[in-house]
Amino acid sequence: MAVSFKVNGAMHSVPAEPDTPLLYVLRNDLALNGAKFGCGLAQCGACTVLVDGKPVRSCVTEIGSLGQSEVTTIEGLGTGAELHPLQQAFIDDQAAQCGYCINGMIMSAKALLDRISHPTETQVREGLSGNLCRCGTHGRIIRAVLKASQANGRI
Amino acid sequence: MNANISRREFAAGLGGIVVAFTLAPKLSLSQQPAALPGSLNANRMLDAWIRIAADGSATVCTGKVELGQGAVTALAQIAAEELDLPLARLHMISGDTEQTPNEGFTSGSQSMENGGVALRLAGAEVRAILVDLAAKRLGVEAAGLKVVDGVIRAADGGQVTYGELARDADLHREATGKAKPKSPSAHTIVGKSIARFDIPAKVTGGAAYVQDLRLPGMLHGRVVRPPSYGAKLEAIDEAKIKAMPGVVAVVRDGNFLGLIAEREEQAIRASESLRQTAKWAAGRPLPDQASLYDHLLSLSDDPHVISEKQAALPDGAKVIEATYHKPYMCHASIGPSCAVAQFTEGKMTVWTHSQGVFPLRGNLVKALKLPAEKVHCIHTEGSGCYGHNGADDVALDAALLARGAPGGGPVRLQWMRGDEFGWEPFGPAMVMKAKAALGPDGRIVDWNYDVWSNTHSTRPDPRGNNLLASWYLAEPQQPAPPAALPQPAGGGDRNAVPLYDFPRQRVVNHFIKEMPLRVSALRTLGAYANVFAIESFLDELALAANADPVEFRLAHLKDPRARAVIEAVARKANWRPGEKGGYGKGRGIGFAKYKTLATYVAVIADVEVDSATGKVSVPRAWAAADSGLIINPDGLANQIEGGVIQSTSWTLHEEVKFDRNGIKSRDWLSYPILTMPEAPKVEVELINRPDERPLGAGEASQGPAAAAIANAFADATGKRMRELPLTAEKVKAVIQG
Repeated sequence: MAVSFKVNGAMHSVPAEPDTPLLYVLRNDLALNGAKFGCGLAQCGACTVLVDGKPVRSCVTEIGSLGQSEVTTIEGLGTGAELHPLQQAFIDDQAAQCGYCINGMIMSAKALLDRISHPTETQVREGLSGNLCRCGTHGRIIRAVLKASQANGRI
Repeated sequence: MNANISRREFAAGLGGIVVAFTLAPKLSLSQQPAALPGSLNANRMLDAWIRIAADGSATVCTGKVELGQGAVTALAQIAAEELDLPLARLHMISGDTEQTPNEGFTSGSQSMENGGVALRLAGAEVRAILVDLAAKRLGVEAAGLKVVDGVIRAADGGQVTYGELARDADLHREATGKAKPKSPSAHTIVGKSIARFDIPAKVTGGAAYVQDLRLPGMLHGRVVRPPSYGAKLEAIDEAKIKAMPGVVAVVRDGNFLGLIAEREEQAIRASESLRQTAKWAAGRPLPDQASLYDHLLSLSDDPHVISEKQAALPDGAKVIEATYHKPYMCHASIGPSCAVAQFTEGKMTVWTHSQGVFPLRGNLVKALKLPAEKVHCIHTEGSGCYGHNGADDVALDAALLARGAPGGGPVRLQWMRGDEFGWEPFGPAMVMKAKAALGPDGRIVDWNYDVWSNTHSTRPDPRGNNLLASWYLAEPQQPAPPAALPQPAGGGDRNAVPLYDFPRQRVVNHFIKEMPLRVSALRTLGAYANVFAIESFLDELALAANADPVEFRLAHLKDPRARAVIEAVARKANWRPGEKGGYGKGRGIGFAKYKTLATYVAVIADVEVDSATGKVSVPRAWAAADSGLIINPDGLANQIEGGVIQSTSWTLHEEVKFDRNGIKSRDWLSYPILTMPEAPKVEVELINRPDERPLGAGEASQGPAAAAIANAFADATGKRMRELPLTAEKVKAVIQG
């Protein structure tokens, strides 16, 4: 069985069943490390990716349900050579401790900033309310998202 | 010091230090090497720490590991500073049983104190050796040479590089510990907020974690744990599981059960099926959670007086008593524990996020019955652990699966969410009883404090096997006997001795050997509960004495560094003496010197209580910290702030749920933690003390934050919460009761 779908602008065909959660295919077939396994229950947000611009939990999103949708992962936002303003802001503010949740924070923030380009602090907190952080980096994450929203260029 | 704990137990409890003690008897007194500071004492060769390459770069080895706390960046700063090399020319290797010094565990906020001190001295000595060589080569006095970025220059213009000296520099020699490190006033790298090395990969999807390791031909494993502690496996339908798509092998060894599949989702599906169909005989029942604290007090304990001061008790003293409770808590790492193992040609290689690759190897060797040189543990970062979570256990699980895999793997195993919550060793539940007397002048004239707790470390240990799966093998292995960790750092009694100057005091540690639930080290060990209790009680006494909590603390505290952090946080939060809360809003303070020998932290928290729902929120908090010489100010601030927020989560929400049949907290709904909208805004003030040694800070702010919240709650409501956590249900009962 092979299933095809679009990730970061390119079509991919993977040898997996249609009910396979997107997370495992991203990580193991496409070698994309960004999305993380946190709970497999859509409770923590570590596996967040965008599907047609909307944040989804890839741990419970079946690849067979994607159809012609566009999947965007954190690798699709920017790279070490050309960082997305959100990635740059997280580095500038050292907004990570262990960093395991950061993929989800950045992807949820991307979806938020696409909706509201200049959010208030409360809107940032609400926009990230489904993403859990355990190290206590909350304050820096909020600050980094607010800074990125003020940055020039693409968001 | 608790005299009843033998030296051997002390050493064994600390894992890595064992070597120093076991070697000692073989040396006669005249051969006894001089003690060296920090981790240098047990790892005495200079080239175990630092090697200089012909290109002028340095390989710096550390037994301490990155846990997301920024340790490796800070250690690199220390080495680069002493070597006079730019950070870019350092190659850091950390936590590898074949490449780095054995520094035991990365725990107890000791990376700077032990690992940092070792690198500081080793770096200074290597630099001195290179400078001496340069002096000979250039024919000048060493004293006149200057080093800039690995180039040694003489006043007459002659110069030679570290790279040119590398071949002749004999670093395979014992450190003397005598080279003088730089004066802090000369520091150019230490003391700077250097950006952490590990963060760019973490925000771009780079390979940052053991979870991201992808080896050629890698298979995927999952384990199936029993329904409860100690349950015995009666039957499985192996043929049915083996027939499932992708399943390569079912691995069973006694009551240890797991499987391997070609693809990760296949391993997950097959393990779910195996979990549902495996038949187990009932395991050991757990106590009734409703009467947990009475149950703990009913267990046999081993009381030790850990501090005692005698003085006459004045007449008319007013006696006050209170009992405090702290529940079992989870480490609750966002990423469940993970390891990759490969077994080839009789050698097991394990990539692990263990906090101590050497002690882990010790217990892996026992479980796998392999010689030590046939087990290689390589630290690879994982999700933040906050102490002893499933990291070590999953390493043995992965090794057992790799041994059962065709060709020996490699096998990647990540625990499922329920495995982590259900089987990690929890932070122990504790009971604290305090009784004090106020003299006629409103000062504390007598202080009695008793704490009951299990051990706070069941980490891998040479006296037994502390890896979970080893107890379930066909030939089960025995865990090391639980031991109390000695004062002054302590375990359950960590921070049980207050820093305040009371004329008369008695502090007793009631060590309970029997462990109803599996427990081990959770960030701060007993300090979180003890500081919560002591600092809550101090506010209860201040209230009885009609004194302001800040002034009351200062009136009982001589240590100038302690006073300075309390005064600093009071200034920062604009604390007004005599100000009362009310209308559901309050403010409180908490203070401690972590372990009574590390970082000083004072925290002030603002709390709001919704009396209708019982919901407590902490909109703002302030912290002041003194951790001696600051290595990386931004990294330190991140640790202090993170500790305050994590403690807010512990204090408001966290409690492991269980019934007689097993652990009920299995996901984020049954073990909720603080969410983004709930996180307090934290402001941190750092007090740098360049002439004091650097002190561990990763665990310093949690206890003070808990106490500040509890005290702010009392200020807001006029009621005292003595049992953690401050959940809505408990709050309503206290407010309405």
